[in-house]
Formats: sequence, C-alpha cells, structure tokens
Amino acid sequence: MQTRTEIGFDSKIEGDVIHTRLDAAINWFRKNSLWPMPMGLACCAIELMAAGASRFDIARFGSEVMRFSPRQSDVMIVAGTVTYKMALAVKRIYDQMAEPKWVIAMGACASTGGMYRSYSVLQGVDHILPVDVYVAGCPPRPEALLDALIKLQNKVAKEPVLSTQKTVPA
Amino acid sequence: MTALELAQKLKGKFGDVLAEPVEFRGEITLKLADAGRIVEVCSFAKSELGFDFLVDITSLDNYGDDPRWTIVYHLYGIGHRCHVRLKTDVSEEGSEISTVTGVWRTADWHEREIYDMMGIRFRGHPDLRRILMWEGYPYFPLRKDFPLAGKPTDLPEVAFTRPAPLEGGPFVTVAGGKDTIAREPRVRIPEN
Repeated sequence: MQTRTEIGFDSKIEGDVIHTRLDAAINWFRKNSLWPMPMGLACCAIELMAAGASRFDIARFGSEVMRFSPRQSDVMIVAGTVTYKMALAVKRIYDQMAEPKWVIAMGACASTGGMYRSYSVLQGVDHILPVDVYVAGCPPRPEALLDALIKLQNKVAKEPVLSTQKTVPA
Repeated sequence: MTALELAQKLKGKFGDVLAEPVEFRGEITLKLADAGRIVEVCSFAKSELGFDFLVDITSLDNYGDDPRWTIVYHLYGIGHRCHVRLKTDVSEEGSEISTVTGVWRTADWHEREIYDMMGIRFRGHPDLRRILMWEGYPYFPLRKDFPLAGKPTDLPEVAFTRPAPLEGGPFVTVAGGKDTIAREPRVRIPEN
C-alpha cells in the first residue's frame, strides 16, 4: 500500500514511519525490556523462579534474562524476607544499579515484614528503598508477579523521561 | 540395646552426678547435676556407648528461677539408633559451660547459636562469635526479658534495628490461656 504524506515520503520505497513523541518511544523501549535483578532472599524466590520458568514465562513480558548483576538490570525484584542483617547489602546493590531503576516488593515479607513482626526482620523493604509496586501474597502466585510487572510497565509508560533526566553538572 | 539400657549404663558410670533416667512418651532424659563434668559424660557417651551423632544442643531461659539457664543435649547413635537427652543447669552468675566441640565437631555452630541468642559462653570453643545476629549487636534476643519486637540499635555500615509494630501484641497462644479460635473469632461463622 502506497501512501503519500505531505512531507513527500513514499512508504512503498522507504517502509512505514510513525510519528510519536520521544518520551513515548523511550518509555516503550524501557517498559518492554525490563530486565530483573532478582533479590531472591527466601521462599518468594521460588515463585520468582516459577515465574521465570516456562509455564508462567516472564520472558514474554520482556524480562528476557534475570541479570544477577545490578549493573545490567533495570528492576530489582525483592523476593523474600529482608532481615536487618541483609538490609544494608540490599541497599548497596540497589545503589549499584544504573538509572532508570525500579523496585518490585514481592510478597508480604518484602512489603511489610510479613508475618515476622520481630527483632530481626526489616518491616518492609520500603524503609530502605523506594518501591514502585507491592505484590501481596505469601508467596504470591507467579501470575500475581506478572500482574505486578504489567502494572510496573504501565507506570513506566507514563514517566516523563526527558524532563526528569539527571544531568552531570557542568 | 534400648535407649533405657544405654541410659542406665551412663548412669552407672556417672551415678554421682547423673539422676535416674526419666522416660516420657518414649523418650529418655537424664539430668546432670554438675555442669562442669559435661565433657566427661559426653565423651564417655560417644566412645563407649556409641552416641556418635549430636542431634542438637539447645538452651532454656528459666527466667526467675535460679539457675537461669538449662542446656539440653540430644544424643543419637547411628549404630544402635537410640536417642537420649541430657540436661544440665548453668547459673546466671557464671553463664559459662565447657564446650563439647572436642567430642562432636557439630557442636561448634549449635553453641555459637546459643551464645548469640542467650549469651551463654562456652569455655574452650574454637570460634565463639555471633552466628545469626551480627557482631556488635548488643543484646541476646531469645532471653525472656527481651521483647519480641526488638530494641532499636545502630551499627553504622553494618546493620540497624528498629522495634517492629506489634499492633496489639504478639498473637500467640500461651499455656492456660484461650486458644486461637476463642481469642480471634472469625467473622464468618460456618453454618452447621
């Protein structure tokens, strides 16, 4: 099908072109390739592995690889109980991730401390990290985690990218 | 060779410090009056009676009683497949007992956990330091006078703790109290 637009562009020869805003394009790229950094600390990690396995494939949402290196990942999925002993290590790994980065708090323990109201458990990873999506469940089903990933994708789609981009001070 | 016979042999050798074996629900327990002789008793149990597997060492806080600590050793023999339990008391002034890592190497981490949680020191332990909490944590969490919610501490670069919100108290059932159904009635009553 041949189209002629007012800019004199012939799509039969040069392929189709869409006009969009740069923000929308960048957000589309980012949300469809959110590579997780699995901070799998306890039982929720097993459901995270199940979400990554073939039945509830997380790769079809763009999370192609679970990058265990914070330098190469976009979203940290905190899956499991965060004890006070582990808390500063989780914070250190979050600090090593490159912008833009998001956090999914998976399960009751990561969201609020879960059933462990005690001296050794951090009552929610949001005491040390900014969390974007919380997933309820103990453990949440893999479908719930995928739902959280979709919610995060919708959140990423609405981010004003260029206006909040950090720049190196001149 | 039953557990009771092995316990009687142990009592026969150390009759002056070991009480009569008590049987409860098929399990034999021996009470050791003098905690200072625990290593002798354990090495006799391992070498002569074949208790070559230390299943667990655990400790009790008898808060308010003297002596405050009771240490419980669970022994097992892979050859004769018998279980025996040994209990000793440790007073709070000393809060120390000899280690049995010379008899069973696995006692190493069990004793570290007891030190971490209760504060009982083990004389002669190769590496007595905290195992679950971090070094520098100032309290012993499983003592009865330590609150479940925890106390605030701060060790910069290592860890911090804050008291957990209990929202009305630990929802645990205590002996003599009401059980869960009575304490927290369900909103929906099953119709039958």
